[in-house]
Amino acid sequence: MITATDIEKKKPLAGLSESGAYQKLLAFASLIALLIGFSIASPNFMQTSNMIAILQATSVNGVLAVAATLVIITGGIDLSVGTLMTFCAVIAGVALTYLGMPLLLGVAAAIAAGALCGLCSGTFVAKMKIPPFIATLGMMLILKGLSLVISGTRPIYFNDTPGFDQISRGSLIGEVFPALPIPNGVLILFLVALAASYILGRTVLGRYTFALGSNEEAVRLSGVNTDAWKMRIYALAGGICGIGGILIASRLNSAQPALGLGYELEAIAAVVIGGTSLSGGRGTILGTLIGALIMAVLTNGLRVLSVAQEWQTVVTGAIIILAVYADMARRKKAG
Amino acid sequence: MSKLVDMTGIEKYFPGVHALKSVQFDLVPGEVHALMGENGAGKSTLMKILSGIYQRDGGTLRIEGQEVSPKTPREAQDLGVGIIHQELSLMNDLNVAQNIFIGREPRKSFGRLDEAALNAQTAGIFASMNLNLDPRAPVGSLTIAKQQMVEIAKALSYRSKVLVMDEPTAALNDAEIAELFVIIRRLKAEGVGIVYISHKMDELKQIADRVTVMRDGEYVGTVDAADTPITRIIAMMVGREVNEEPLDVPDLGDAEVSLEVSGLSRGKEIQDVSFSVQRGEILGFAGLMGAGRTEVARAIFGADPRDSGEIRVHGQNVSVKSPKDAVRAGIGYLSEDRKHFGLATGMNVRDNIALASMDLFLSKGGVLNDAGMAQAAQSYIKQLGIRTPSDTQEVRLLSGGNQQKVVIAKWLLRDCDILIFDEPTRGIDVGAKSEIYRLLEELAGQGKTIIVISSELPEIMRLSHRIAVMCEGRLTGILPGGKNTTQEDIMHLATQRAAAMQVTGTLQ
Repeated sequence: MITATDIEKKKPLAGLSESGAYQKLLAFASLIALLIGFSIASPNFMQTSNMIAILQATSVNGVLAVAATLVIITGGIDLSVGTLMTFCAVIAGVALTYLGMPLLLGVAAAIAAGALCGLCSGTFVAKMKIPPFIATLGMMLILKGLSLVISGTRPIYFNDTPGFDQISRGSLIGEVFPALPIPNGVLILFLVALAASYILGRTVLGRYTFALGSNEEAVRLSGVNTDAWKMRIYALAGGICGIGGILIASRLNSAQPALGLGYELEAIAAVVIGGTSLSGGRGTILGTLIGALIMAVLTNGLRVLSVAQEWQTVVTGAIIILAVYADMARRKKAG
Repeated sequence: MSKLVDMTGIEKYFPGVHALKSVQFDLVPGEVHALMGENGAGKSTLMKILSGIYQRDGGTLRIEGQEVSPKTPREAQDLGVGIIHQELSLMNDLNVAQNIFIGREPRKSFGRLDEAALNAQTAGIFASMNLNLDPRAPVGSLTIAKQQMVEIAKALSYRSKVLVMDEPTAALNDAEIAELFVIIRRLKAEGVGIVYISHKMDELKQIADRVTVMRDGEYVGTVDAADTPITRIIAMMVGREVNEEPLDVPDLGDAEVSLEVSGLSRGKEIQDVSFSVQRGEILGFAGLMGAGRTEVARAIFGADPRDSGEIRVHGQNVSVKSPKDAVRAGIGYLSEDRKHFGLATGMNVRDNIALASMDLFLSKGGVLNDAGMAQAAQSYIKQLGIRTPSDTQEVRLLSGGNQQKVVIAKWLLRDCDILIFDEPTRGIDVGAKSEIYRLLEELAGQGKTIIVISSELPEIMRLSHRIAVMCEGRLTGILPGGKNTTQEDIMHLATQRAAAMQVTGTLQ
């Protein structure tokens, strides 16, 4: 008779959320500690307006980090999320301001452009077998260049599209609960995260995202068309970057073609702080959200304490190294 | 009786290799048919053709009388052929049920997963196997034996009529093997045909009904497992003639013992291994894959940690904690995987030869003495007969045999007088092989101490003054070299499993 006394009790949902749980907890505790620390250090920090500013600042990076999480769980990396965001913002500008499309159509065009670019990256990686780092590095530069070319290196303003700035800056929640004027950008981040979480945990696409990162060859030998699924994941990530593009364009009420470089690294940092393994197979959206919040709280808190911008960057770098070191140390102990 | 599988005249070519030469194999329902042969005999290739991973270049494959040509593993699965690979192909980050149904998850609309159905179906398969395992347990947390059970459950979930098991017991201990055999017997009773690839002779007698032996990509014969003595099966496996010049075993007399290893142990992989080698001696290490020969070499070299054991070089106890310590004591290790561990293939011959001895060529201020390196490299190119247009040729452009010589030069320059060669002729063509053999003999003649690890018996017999044989981490015997030792003697020791192996930590 075979017995399996070595089985751990598992939570009902998927069992995928388990692996990064420790670091997620650690990340969450760090977030709380940061919030408490900054509140003590500065009475201005805990103001509702400041909290909302933090959330607003999280929204764009958070959405990009969700996209990066999907790709990273497959064992890949996406360096193009930042410039893809900008590219999509420019596409929205062209569609709405230059072509005069209706609002919804313009937004849809931007998101579709994002998905299409993601599909290109996915094709480079899956079909042409270019390492994800290189494929998306190339994509990053291509998109940066295309954004400048299409826009003629000038910002495109959305003054002719009433309501566009409300996508990010308006507050549906504030209309219902005037005490909580949480901007729509935050609401959108929340919805994107919820959807991504659902896809990862409950759908075939999500299952293959983890499976690819865990052992791609085994998935292939199980008769799964790994290339096609990988391309779909990159396309989905691209579409989410498109939403990020809409958010940033709405917040600035303009598409700034020179923007975007550096966003990919902030997104990846949020993913890593949130406990997603860069070697693939493990990760959660909730962790990524906490990671993005930690970065926003840090930046905001240090600014409230009047710490110079230069030092904020230094601290962020140190936090990333600490977060990953904590995870490594734990994993080594667990053996 | 109708045959489940009938393969006849199977041919397979790989670039430069005729891997399968008109091979035949058949399987009837409810039998365990063992497939035997030395490493490289073509067993795995044949089974990969059956399971759709490779396509055959000739011959016919019939499954239940129908001629078929599965193009992908999926097509083979649909035909009822499941394979459990030597290296488990599971996704450690997913749980048991998710692994079993990867690629055919029960779905609801819009690509949503039906997790409840997934777990229920998995539980159903486990129940039919009489296996008590939680479908939601993460695979990474299971023991190797349990993971093997998951692989079997996965294969069965395709309603497999044919189950190919490639060395399923390689990583299992006795208790776990017993569990596996219980499952196999149950499957057999249900009419599943099982192809069982293994090197372990005693297992055959326990589990197999028929045995087919392959050698060098050719079919040798099929015999009844119960009635055929093991010696006969071994003779079928090694049957080839060794048409090499006879070995001249020198009388070393009381030459100094240059390397003495005692009580070397690490977990299950190395169990209390002790031996010594004299100056000028070539000691061969024979054994089947996974016997622990490479592990022993790496432990001596300090590349892997060891639990216990002493290493004495020229009578002095040396503390080897890292390869650096070993190199300082004069031990060089030439890995079987030259491209990964032996050579910087993108660099040139000169740099590779100097790689382990850079300190010899450092002048004041840390500048490299390139002229000195060139001189050293050229002298070894001449001495070892490395065929290269110049010492600045990139190593990756050399042939396998010449690459191996570059690695040898590297260690000679480092003044290593104890050289451990792990599969020295892997990937080297036949002509270059004898050249490497002569080189090893010359080195021994010059008073170097040589250890050769090889999976090719003819190579071991051609080179070794003495032959150490390992099986499952233990040194099962040391045989004299030369004519009096036969391949059968070596195979006996190489398949001699411990009578009562300790059952170690199966259930954590």
